[in-house]
Amino acid sequence: MASDTLTTGPRTDAEITGLDALDLAGREQGLSRLRRLWSATWPKLAALGLALAVWQAVVWTGWKDPWALPGPGPVFADLGGYLLSPMLWDGLATTGRRAAVGFAAAIAVGLVIGLGVARVRVLRAALGSMITALQTMPSIAWFPLAIILFQLSEEAIFFVVVLGAAPSIANGVIHGVDYVPPLLLRAGRNLGARGVNLYRYVIAPAALPAIVAGLKQGWAFAWRSLMAGELLVVIATRTSIGAQLTYARELSETTRLIAIMIVILVLGLVVDSAFGAADKAIRRRWGVLDQAGQ
Amino acid sequence: MTSTTTTRRSATGSVALRGVTKVYGRGANAVLALDGVSLDVAPGEFVCLVGASGCGKSTLLNLVAGLDRASGGEITLDEGVNPGLMFQEPALFPWLTVEGNVEVPLKLRGLPRAQRRERVAELLRTVHLADFGRKRPHELSGGMRQRVALARTLALDTPVLLMDEPFGALDAMTRDILHDELERIWTERRLTVLFVTHNVREAARLADRIILLSSRPGRILWSTEVDVPRPRRIDSPEVSAIAAEVTDRLRTEVGRHGQ
Repeated sequence: MASDTLTTGPRTDAEITGLDALDLAGREQGLSRLRRLWSATWPKLAALGLALAVWQAVVWTGWKDPWALPGPGPVFADLGGYLLSPMLWDGLATTGRRAAVGFAAAIAVGLVIGLGVARVRVLRAALGSMITALQTMPSIAWFPLAIILFQLSEEAIFFVVVLGAAPSIANGVIHGVDYVPPLLLRAGRNLGARGVNLYRYVIAPAALPAIVAGLKQGWAFAWRSLMAGELLVVIATRTSIGAQLTYARELSETTRLIAIMIVILVLGLVVDSAFGAADKAIRRRWGVLDQAGQ
Repeated sequence: MTSTTTTRRSATGSVALRGVTKVYGRGANAVLALDGVSLDVAPGEFVCLVGASGCGKSTLLNLVAGLDRASGGEITLDEGVNPGLMFQEPALFPWLTVEGNVEVPLKLRGLPRAQRRERVAELLRTVHLADFGRKRPHELSGGMRQRVALARTLALDTPVLLMDEPFGALDAMTRDILHDELERIWTERRLTVLFVTHNVREAARLADRIILLSSRPGRILWSTEVDVPRPRRIDSPEVSAIAAEVTDRLRTEVGRHGQ
């Protein structure tokens, strides 16, 4: 029936290789790594310089006394000393531990609730809108209740951190599972992935970008809740970053206060950009990132 | 749904449909997609299903693939056969490399790592993509992606291949070459192919038998054997003559819906 196919074989091979080469020609290019890095960095540096200049200009107008609004110079000088002091690192250890434990708990809760809502119709009807409602609730509004329930303790802080972050994470999971392309599900099922394997091989990886986005947003909420908590729930024996901020205000040490704020800002940025990098890595693997690396 | 009687001819890839019916929806909104379709596909046969929109071609393949359940009738496959299904889109997993994609069905069957590697390499050679295993799907052209999808489906080691307009989104030249490829692989592996298309020439180029389906509801209208020797060319006079005949009948059927 097809005894002659061999004679066309080699010809077809060459055609296929040629067509592939033509199809792929000119696809591999892009700016050098260094230039990409620079083009992404200089606008940020410029904006930072501008912000510092505005700050210094306001100080120079004499709008406020120098003790109330010190300029960048004294603040960065103080920041230098602060970075070398054990006080900062003790504070970071306490705050970092709280952030890690609280966020981990929020991930656990968010994943379980998210998966439940995504899978079980009754749960979706019951909890779906409640999760969104929870997200709109400013987490600091939970603190009075948390303090009554748990007194001035770490439990009160964890309670609010989890309540603040878990809804975002759950929403990320729900969104991710809901928007797995049906075609990939059909392909996965046809390839033999059923039940748990369908989750392992198709749903979980397909939902990953949305889950990472949920984690990123959840982290932002967790970090805010944690800072609010540390300002409100000051535990005398544990000088967290937030507690140090409160002390600085009580002692009117504005240079230190702003130095601590800068630490908080940078910490938040570092974690946020870690999530950003994870997100970007995923999108690059998936090919949904354009060549400019934006 | 699998036959228990055909033990001697197990896993040879015959497909039998008896009065298969599919209804979507309920009550007044119910739509009859397939109405009593009966069809016997012999092992190793290449059957093309041709029809206009709404003839339930894709529905039929989904039923045979077991991704959907028939409302009535019976579908019989040989013992232990799970047909492989290909779509118009390659439906590759973007989070995996080309190799990773082809490996998925092997992993799901529990093949040990060394064997998986060997099989993946062999399958990628089969579709002429041996050098592209480490690439990601988005780095390949449409035709190459569809070949990865073919390799991934072949990794199921199934004798029955269901193809749902697999080359519909490709340019003509790529499609011609993939016809040659598919014909070669079908011959080498003695596959049974059920191939859905609305491209009549494609059907005449590939099929042993062309089956024309009516639209709304889908019924078998007419079928013909394609006695053109292989390998064929899509632009040969014999293929064109058959395509012309099928086109005429298809147009008559489409025209019926305009009245």
